[in-house]
Amino acid sequence: MPVHVFIIASLIKSVIVLLVLLTGVAYSVWLERKVVGHIQNRWGPTRVGPFGLLQPLADGLKFIFKEDLTPPHVYRPLFLAAPMIALIFALTSISVIPFGNSITVSGYSIPLQITDVNIGLLMILGITSMGVYGVALAGWSSNNKYSLLGGLRASAQMVSYEIALGLSLVGVLIQSGSFSLRTIVDAQGGHFWGFIPRWNIFHGQLIGFFIYLMAAFAETNRVPFDLPEAESELVAGYHTEYSAMKFAAFFMAEYANMITVGCLATLLFFGGWHGPIGGPPWVQALLPVFWFVVKVVCFIFLYIWVRGTLPRLRYDQLMSFGWKFLLPLAIVNLIATAIAVVW
Amino acid sequence: MVPLSYYLFLSGFLFTCGVVGFLIKRNIITIFMSIELMLNGVNLSFVAFAAHWRALAGQVFVFFVMVVAAAEAAVGLAIIIAVFRTRETLNVDQVNLLKL
Amino acid sequence: MSLHLILFLVFGAICVAGAVNLLVQRHPINSALSLIAVMAALAGEYLLLGAEFVAAIQVIVYAGAIMVLFVFVIMLLNAGEEEETKGSRVASLFGVPGMLTGAVLMAWVVLRRSGTEPVSIGALPGHPTEIAHLLFHDFLLPFEVTSVLILIAIMGAVVLASKPEATERKAD
Repeated sequence: MPVHVFIIASLIKSVIVLLVLLTGVAYSVWLERKVVGHIQNRWGPTRVGPFGLLQPLADGLKFIFKEDLTPPHVYRPLFLAAPMIALIFALTSISVIPFGNSITVSGYSIPLQITDVNIGLLMILGITSMGVYGVALAGWSSNNKYSLLGGLRASAQMVSYEIALGLSLVGVLIQSGSFSLRTIVDAQGGHFWGFIPRWNIFHGQLIGFFIYLMAAFAETNRVPFDLPEAESELVAGYHTEYSAMKFAAFFMAEYANMITVGCLATLLFFGGWHGPIGGPPWVQALLPVFWFVVKVVCFIFLYIWVRGTLPRLRYDQLMSFGWKFLLPLAIVNLIATAIAVVW
Repeated sequence: MVPLSYYLFLSGFLFTCGVVGFLIKRNIITIFMSIELMLNGVNLSFVAFAAHWRALAGQVFVFFVMVVAAAEAAVGLAIIIAVFRTRETLNVDQVNLLKL
Repeated sequence: MSLHLILFLVFGAICVAGAVNLLVQRHPINSALSLIAVMAALAGEYLLLGAEFVAAIQVIVYAGAIMVLFVFVIMLLNAGEEEETKGSRVASLFGVPGMLTGAVLMAWVVLRRSGTEPVSIGALPGHPTEIAHLLFHDFLLPFEVTSVLILIAIMGAVVLASKPEATERKAD
């Protein structure tokens, strides 16, 4: 592939992925409000557009036109930088996620992924582990006790659950023998006995997926692990002092992280873009992307469902759950997978 | 193409900054960070030499350095918390009970 | 100038700026942030040298875990600005010339012995498989020793940082 074709293709892919991601962020907020509303016997947003479908647009406009307050006693440089750090790292990690096979456009085979690196999984882990600075610095620089407590909780929680998260992925890595997300998905093609898909979750990684799910809830600060922003005890946690677009940046970062985590779960445990494929060639080219998106949306629905169902844990319960239950379970899962693979 | 000496200069500069920070800083946490900076400088020269001599063992050594750094950070920060709890200060000049 | 050299200079400039900023800043959180910048830029240098796995681990372990601990402790203890203290006169009398001598000596040795032989980009692909082979075959004993070290460090940290009353109650 010549250099200029590569650059043009990469630019087009980046723009499309960014637009889709931001739209996805906006509409997962809508989905959350709608689903939680129905769980609680309400309607959710209904006024703006049919089924309230234009609500994200109205929310976005509201955020843009709100007054952007900076409280007087904050540490300004970090107060301004924190939302940007959170949002940048949340959006960057999508760049190594593959969402389909390659398509052929005028003779060039273009992989459906912004960039294919052979340590893709490690790169996502690295980027998400840097994302905690946004939350921690926001909490510290606000100069507010609730923010500080939120930031402290967030950093301790993320460091603790990162270990369980990493260990839960090692089982998948042992089975596929590669850090490349594309290779991991390719290893999950085909079926057991002709009808059960050969996804990792049916391939002995059920416990691994459970650990991943729990750790992912904690990493993205979602219910039941949303201690950093527990509104009934900490006002709003680390983003108490933020308003307008700065608050929106945290909001978008949280939902972008949810989508990234959902993409990663789909790739590692649910066979990525594999699914029933048929029909004319252009349908065959686009069906994998469709299956990928469907799986990610199911995962986000699971997130919202859990939010509508479970109460928040206490902080000591959160820590003992992570260290005394998830971590040993992850180690046992890792050893069991290793023994099974060697056999 | 970058000469090996460029990497070594960068590595040496980072190490020197670490030493200077260790000596001139008065905050115990910053002193600790200076030690981490020294370790990072050494790591860079390990990786550069690994590429230069075509020996992967240099990269493996970086892992050992990182493990030692992690262990040191865990114990060191625990000591800092213990010191702060008893002395209520982070200034090393005021932690001088053993001085004559 | 090759692209490799330009990238080296960009990452190197970030490293140098971060290291100097660590020394200049008075507040520990600013020093911690500049150290994080140094570490991230070093990961870039490792990528240039072909050590992709080391680069990833550098970001995950150093920038993503160890430095989070530092930031956590700074936030927990609410560390303020560093206080000025007068340094000892002996240190400034001998320290600065000593440092200059050391730097000159080091530069001389580096230039003399290593020459200017270039390191090509991606000279040594640090593929995870080969590193794992080295780590679990040739360096198995050091690897196990470091795991014991980590265990001791964890126990030491727990004992040191736990509340004094808790340990006293256990001793009774």
